[in-house]
Amino acid sequence: MTDVAESSTSQLAYGPTDWDDHHHLPTNTGLTNEKITMWAFLGSDCLLFGSLVSTYLLLRNRVGPSTRGPTAADLFDIPFTSVSSFVLLMSSLTMVLAVTSIQRAEMERCKLWLLTTAALGSIFIAGQVYEFTGFYREGLGFTTNISSSAFFTLTGFHGVHVSLGIVMLVTMWVLVSGGYLGPDRAETIEIIGLYWHFVDIVWIVIFAVVYLIP
Amino acid sequence: MAITEERPEILELESGDTTSSTGVFARPTNATGWRAWLFTVDHKKIGIMYGVVAMFWFLWGGIEALLIRAQLFTPNGTVLTADQYNQLFTMHGTTMVFLVIMPLAAAFANYMVPLQIGARDVAFPRMNALGLWIFVFGGIFLNLSWFLGGGPDGGWFAYAPNTGVTFSPGAGMDFYALGLQIAGIASLVGAINLIVTIINMRAPGMTMLRMPVFTWMILVVQFLLLFALPVITVALILLSFDRTFDANFFNVSMGADPLLWQHLFWIFGHPEVYILILPSFGIVSETLPVFSRKPLFGYSVIVISGAAIGFMGWGVWAHHMFVSGLGPVGVAAFSATTMFIAVPTGVKILNWIATMWGGNLRFTLPMMFSVSLVSMFTIGGLSGVMHAVAPADTQQTDTYFIVAHFHYVLFGGALMGLFAGMYYWWPKAFGYRLNDKLGKWHFWAVLLGFNMAFGPMHILGLQGMARRHSRYGPEDGFDFWNAVVTIGAFVILIGMIIFAVNIVRSWLGYKEGTVPQEPADPWDGRTLEWAIPSPTPEHNFDYVPVVTDVDDFWHKKYQPDANGKLRKVADGNAIAQKGDQHPHLPSPSYWPIVLAAALPLIALGLIYNLWLTGIGLVLLLGSMFGWSLEPATDPDAGHGDHGDDHGPEEDGPDGNDKVEAETAEEAPVD
Amino acid sequence: METVAASEEDTHAEHHDHGLSDVGYIKIAIILGVLTAVEVATYFWDFGILEVPSLLILMVVKFQIVVSYFMHLKFDSKVFSYLFVTGLVLAMAVFAAMGTSMVFWQDPSGCDASSFC
Repeated sequence: MTDVAESSTSQLAYGPTDWDDHHHLPTNTGLTNEKITMWAFLGSDCLLFGSLVSTYLLLRNRVGPSTRGPTAADLFDIPFTSVSSFVLLMSSLTMVLAVTSIQRAEMERCKLWLLTTAALGSIFIAGQVYEFTGFYREGLGFTTNISSSAFFTLTGFHGVHVSLGIVMLVTMWVLVSGGYLGPDRAETIEIIGLYWHFVDIVWIVIFAVVYLIP
Repeated sequence: MAITEERPEILELESGDTTSSTGVFARPTNATGWRAWLFTVDHKKIGIMYGVVAMFWFLWGGIEALLIRAQLFTPNGTVLTADQYNQLFTMHGTTMVFLVIMPLAAAFANYMVPLQIGARDVAFPRMNALGLWIFVFGGIFLNLSWFLGGGPDGGWFAYAPNTGVTFSPGAGMDFYALGLQIAGIASLVGAINLIVTIINMRAPGMTMLRMPVFTWMILVVQFLLLFALPVITVALILLSFDRTFDANFFNVSMGADPLLWQHLFWIFGHPEVYILILPSFGIVSETLPVFSRKPLFGYSVIVISGAAIGFMGWGVWAHHMFVSGLGPVGVAAFSATTMFIAVPTGVKILNWIATMWGGNLRFTLPMMFSVSLVSMFTIGGLSGVMHAVAPADTQQTDTYFIVAHFHYVLFGGALMGLFAGMYYWWPKAFGYRLNDKLGKWHFWAVLLGFNMAFGPMHILGLQGMARRHSRYGPEDGFDFWNAVVTIGAFVILIGMIIFAVNIVRSWLGYKEGTVPQEPADPWDGRTLEWAIPSPTPEHNFDYVPVVTDVDDFWHKKYQPDANGKLRKVADGNAIAQKGDQHPHLPSPSYWPIVLAAALPLIALGLIYNLWLTGIGLVLLLGSMFGWSLEPATDPDAGHGDHGDDHGPEEDGPDGNDKVEAETAEEAPVD
Repeated sequence: METVAASEEDTHAEHHDHGLSDVGYIKIAIILGVLTAVEVATYFWDFGILEVPSLLILMVVKFQIVVSYFMHLKFDSKVFSYLFVTGLVLAMAVFAAMGTSMVFWQDPSGCDASSFC
C-alpha cells in the first residue's frame, strides 16, 4: 500500500480517449446489431422448423386403433403445389430486386418490387388456403388423424411465417412511400429480405421432404 | 438523474434524422418514481427488477416446497390431498426453474454484462425491457392457474399423455403450456439481445478472449437459449394444440408415440440444465480469483470448457429417458456421451481449486458461497455421473436419489453461485454491503439446511422411495430420514428469513447512514465494473475504457517491478472513473410493457374465449407498430444517440465504421 | 421482367461492393426454377431408386443457392454464417439423432423399423 505512487492516484484508469465519441461507437464486428439479430433469429428458427418437420416425418404414417381418414400425403395435389412453390421461389427474386433497387436509391422501383413480393407471397398463402379447404372437403380436418394434425401444424406454421412477412413487406412499402424510410436505411429492407428468403428455403425443404419424397 | 435537464447544450438533431418524430404518443420522461421503473430501458434497472421479481417467485416456490415437505414429514401425511400434492410439486419445479433461477441469471446478465464489457447499455434497450415484462406477465399468467381451477399437475416435464385432457382435465396444463411459451419468448428476446451485445458492443481492445469469464458463460447460455427454446416452443405448441384444438400428437389411440414429447422436451431440457448452471459457474469464476488474489487458473481452458459444455449438452438429452424403452443402442450411445460431458465440468472444478491453491484467501461472503458451490456441485456432479451408468440409473430413476442429485446441482450449484453473485455485486448495484454477520448466519443456515434437506434423499432414494408420491406408509421405513429432510427444509427457510432481514436492515442502515457508502472498488476487483463508482451511475462509463488485457482493471492496479514481482501501483478506488460525465442514453418507452401485456391476454383467450385472443392480437400488432415508429432515443429529449439501436448505419453504408471497427479489434498495445 | 432488369444493369456498374447484379439474380432464379422443374419431374416420371437421393440433392442445392446468393451469405461477414450454420447443423444433427432413436433404436414393440413411421 505504501508504495502507491502519488502521481498515479491522480489519474483515472480509464480516462478520455479517442474512442470516446458519444455519437459513433463502432461495433466490434463492423456489422449492425439489427442484421446480427436477424441472423441469430434465423439460426434459432432452424430449430423450430427442424422440430416441426421431424415431428411430421415421425407421425405421418402412424396408425393406431382408432385411426381414420386419409393421410395428408394421400391428398397431395403435386402440380398445384408445384405452382405455388414456384411462386414463392420467384418472390425471393423480386425481394432481392427490391433490396438492390433501394441500395441504388431507386425508390419507385423498390416500392414496385416490395409490392410484387407481397403479392406473390399472398398468392402462395391463397394457394395454401385453397389446398387446406380442399383437404377439409375431402375429409381431412385438423383433428382427423395424427398425420393431418402434424401436416396442418407444419405447413400452418410456415404459412404464419409467410403472412408475417407479407405484413412486414406492406409496412415497408408504406414507410418507403411515406418517405420515412430512405436509401440510408436500405439495410432494413435487406434484413426483412433475409427473413423472406428464409421462409422460402424452409418451403424448399418442406416441398421436397413433405410433398415430393414418397 | 434527469440527464436531459443537465445537458441543454446539445439540442440539434443529426442530419437525416427524418424518421424521428413519428411516435404515436408522448414518451415517458420520469426519472424517478414508479414510472421511471415501469417504462425504463436502463439495463441496470431492468436487471434489478428481474432480481426482485425472481426473489418473489423464489419465496413462492419455497412455500410450495415447504408444503410438500410438511406433507411428507410423517407417514400418511394429511396436509395435502394427492391432487394438491401433484400441483405443488409440478409448480415448485416449474417455478424454481423458469421463474427463479433463469431470471436471477438474467438479472446478473443484464446488470453485469454491459459493465463487464465496457458498454453503456445493451444492444437493444427496449427489447431488454420487453424481455423483462414478458417474463413478469408470463409468471403471473402461469400462477393465475391457482385461482382458476388449480395448478398444472403433470410434473415440470409434463410427460405425455399424462398431460392430455383425458388425464389432466383441468385448465392447469393449459396454463403450463401457454405460460412457459410466454416465458420462453421472454428468454429468446433476452438471449438475442445479449448475444448481439456481447458480439458487437465490447469496449475497444476487449477481444473475445479478454472478456471476463462471467460474460463468456452468459454468452454460452444465451446461445443455448437461442437454439433450445424453439424446441420447447414446438413441444408446447403440440401440447396446446392437443388440449385446445383436439389435435392428435399425443393421442395413443391414433398411433402417437409418447416418446416424441420426451425427446422434444429433453432436447430442450438438457441444454436448459446448463442454462441454469453456467451463469453460476461464471460468477464463481469471477469471485474466486478476486478473493484468492490470484488470476483465474487456466482462463482459456475455463472458457473453452464452458463452450464445450454448451456444445456437448446437445448430445446427452436421452439420459433422462433410459427407462422409457429407448432401446439398447440408444441407451449405450447416450450413456457414453453423458460420461463424456463430465470431463469439461471436471476441468472447471479443477481450475477453480487450482485458482484457490496457494492463494491469499479472504473468506468474505461471496467467497464462502463460491466455495460451497464448488464443493456442493461436485457432490451433485458425481451422483450425476452415477446416472450416466444406465444400469445404475435404472435403479435410481424416479427415486429420491434423482431428487437429491438435481437439488445438489441446482441448489448447491446454481443457487449458491447466485447468492455469491448477490453478495459480491451488491455494493456495485446499491452502494452498500450486506451485513457481514447476518450474511454469515444466512450462509451457515442455508448450507446446513441444504445438506440436511437433500443429503438424506440419497439414502431414501437408494432405499427405494419413489418421487412424486404424496404418501408413504409407516411400514416403508422412510419416516426418519423424511423427518430430517423436512427439518432441513425449514432450516433453509430460517436462512432465507435471515437473508431477507439482512437486506432490509442493511438498506435501512444505509439510508440512516450507519451502513457506510462503498467505494468503487470494495473487493480489489479485477474487471471493468469495479472501475466505475458504486452504485453504478446511470450512464455506466464516463469514458469508454480501452482494454489491453484479461482482468484489465487489475493490471491497472498491479504491475511487475524491476524484479518481476507484482507491486500495487495504484489504488482501485482512486483511479476509478468518477461518474461525472453525462453521455447520451436511450429514452424510456411505454411500448415494451404494453406489448408484453398483450401476450397473457392472447393466452387467456386461448383457454377461455377466443375474443380475448383477438383483443390481445390487436394490442400486440398495434404496439408493434407503435414500437417501430418510435425512435429508440427521443429526439425531444435533447440529444442524439449513443449508438444503441442503430449502430453505425447512421453513418451511411459507405463503410467508414467497418474500418474503425477493425482497428478496434487490433487497438490494444501490448 | 428481363428488359427492366437489363436497363437496371446499365446503371449498376459503379455500385455495390458485393453480391450480384440484377441480371445475375435473375439467372440464379432461372436456375432455381429449372431445379424445381426437375424436382417436380420426379412426380410425373419414375426415377426408381434414384428418386429420393436426387430429390434430397436438389433440395440441398436449391437451399444452398438461395442462402449463398439471395441471402448474400457467400459475400457477407462470416459472423452471419456462423450464427446460421450453427443453428442449421444443430437442428440436423439433433433431429437426425432423435429420428434414429425413435425409428431404429427403439424397442421393437414400439415401432416397426421397416418404415419411417
